Amino acid sequence: MSRNARRLLLRIAFYVLVIFIVIYTVFPFYWAINSSLKAGTDLFSAAFLPPSPAWTNYVSVFEDQPFALNILNSVYVSGVTVIISLFLAVTAAYALGRIKFSGRGVLLLVVLSVSMFPQIAVLSGLYEVMRWLGLIQRLESLIISYVIFTLPFTVWILTTFMRELPKELEEAAIVDGASPWQTISRVFLPLLGPALATTGLLAFIAAWNEFLFALTFVGNNNETQTIPVAIANFSGASEFELPWGGIMAASVIVTVPLIVLVLIFQRMIVSGLTAGAVKG
Amino acid sequence: MTADASAIAPENLGTETAPRASKLTRQRVRSAWIFITPMLIMLALVAGYPLISTIYYSFTDRLLIADHNTQFIGFNNYLYYGPNLNNYDEELDGYFVYYEDTDAALVYRDDGVFYDLDTEDPDTGAMDPYAGEIDTADVFEWQGLLVDSLWWRSVWNTLTFSVVSVGLEIVIGLVVALILNANMPGRAVIRAAVLIPWAIPTIVSAQMWSWMLNDQYGVINEILLSWGWIESRLAFTADRFLALPSVIAVDVWKTTPFMALLILAALQLLPGEVYEAAKVDGIHPVKQFFRITLPLIRPALMVAVIFRALDALRIFDLIYVLTSGSRDTMSMSIYARQNLIDFQNVGYGSAISTGLFLIISAFTLIYLMLGRVNFDQER
Repeated sequence: MSRNARRLLLRIAFYVLVIFIVIYTVFPFYWAINSSLKAGTDLFSAAFLPPSPAWTNYVSVFEDQPFALNILNSVYVSGVTVIISLFLAVTAAYALGRIKFSGRGVLLLVVLSVSMFPQIAVLSGLYEVMRWLGLIQRLESLIISYVIFTLPFTVWILTTFMRELPKELEEAAIVDGASPWQTISRVFLPLLGPALATTGLLAFIAAWNEFLFALTFVGNNNETQTIPVAIANFSGASEFELPWGGIMAASVIVTVPLIVLVLIFQRMIVSGLTAGAVKG
Repeated sequence: MTADASAIAPENLGTETAPRASKLTRQRVRSAWIFITPMLIMLALVAGYPLISTIYYSFTDRLLIADHNTQFIGFNNYLYYGPNLNNYDEELDGYFVYYEDTDAALVYRDDGVFYDLDTEDPDTGAMDPYAGEIDTADVFEWQGLLVDSLWWRSVWNTLTFSVVSVGLEIVIGLVVALILNANMPGRAVIRAAVLIPWAIPTIVSAQMWSWMLNDQYGVINEILLSWGWIESRLAFTADRFLALPSVIAVDVWKTTPFMALLILAALQLLPGEVYEAAKVDGIHPVKQFFRITLPLIRPALMVAVIFRALDALRIFDLIYVLTSGSRDTMSMSIYARQNLIDFQNVGYGSAISTGLFLIISAFTLIYLMLGRVNFDQER
């Protein structure tokens, strides 16, 4: 075989692989959209396009269950979780990233090890804490418990970002007599904008997707459920038949905003994900 | 970062001018602790205290119902030799024991004596000790986590799941990352496509695949049938041999993007000159990959692997939705929650959680020691 022919063949193989990967990653979501638009018995045909597209599944999601409420619950929980973790993380990251004091290494290690905790290992103790605080079946229990996984990585990523900011800025602030809090809020916070957006977005997604705590703390009640629990527990008119059309419609509803967000911010997300892992 | 960059790091501010600087330093250290305290309180509340309570509960017979009188029972949840713990009867104030040899109904109480149920006083509930001889080997059995076959099954399932899925993710992630790193038209589109599984919530992807793998109407069965690869529809999530592979397949689909992106970021930091030199020397691309690329991205790969492995070892949601409580896919987290919440047995459930915690800690320590993973970027 000539050199050129071989090269052409390799190139074709490469693109076949690329196309295969794209189909592999995109097809399941396409199938969810496809199924969500099939009403009635169309659902049970494996047609690759809905024969007669209909919105009935989408309507039924909101009529048959308190799905709108579930969405609001998730927005509330994730939003407040992000605000709390960012506030705690910014102050902690300033101390950990820019001030030298004994015990700093140990603290960083503690933060990192918390992020490795299996959630199940704290479940029974956390259940007790929530009972003691009177928060069982209340969304606030989730806001508090989600800090266990959002805080470690926000602290970790923000510490990395803080370290890289030029020290002249801080020196100038100190010379001007700024207090540490002023240094954070006036000097660093504006510079940390992109880092905050990245970590905030990652924390939001993590809280939005969480399942184990949500199932355990607020899972018994349709009205307090967050989206993942609602989708996992979806029930139809009859007990024996899962309403797949509705489940797919709900899945599409909650996934489309996420995909849009991720695609818009993909550069930031990738840099955030890799900040703690790759550099150094 | 270079060495002199860390020499002028902000923490060394003003160390040259002694008296003023030390006051400034002290001030800064004090404010550092003030800034860190809220985070520490929060972590103590949601991580430290709950973890310690879980370990403590594992040494008790605690139940989920709040008014139960909890007792310290030592290592009984882990290993215990005695009457079957499930036969505890509150009214009898002991364990019901049926002794086959003499066809006797007995009650074993905490004082270590077998009482004869036939002699029970209907009014006071008092009983006489059993008169006959009892061979305890016939009525006592080994119990607890260490001899619980379902626990060991869940350990095996979780380890198999973790090793296979993380292994596949590394291989597929490498391929995807190398493709994304190549110069080609439409790279941005492909990169966006690869991100989609990562963006989909785990529960949603579990339900999507659950529907695609459905034994009657699933599109996967439909496709395999029409290609003639199978003769009848498969019950992917219910079949003994297919359930775990199905769970692994869905997990690989969902998390490979994460792996690919981490690897891609490492690839993009590689120095181009090395490859030019290799090209000049006429080194085959495959050899380049194994001799240059792989060693250079090894540190990033090690970190990515431990993040994924820790995630995989605590797998819960995917299995909960795809196959729920089936023995074939029972993971440690699923088994723990089943005991904690569904069976309301906090003591035993906590023992399972503690077991999982110990396994994960041991794995992490061994991995960090063997792999010499460098998390702290300061040397």
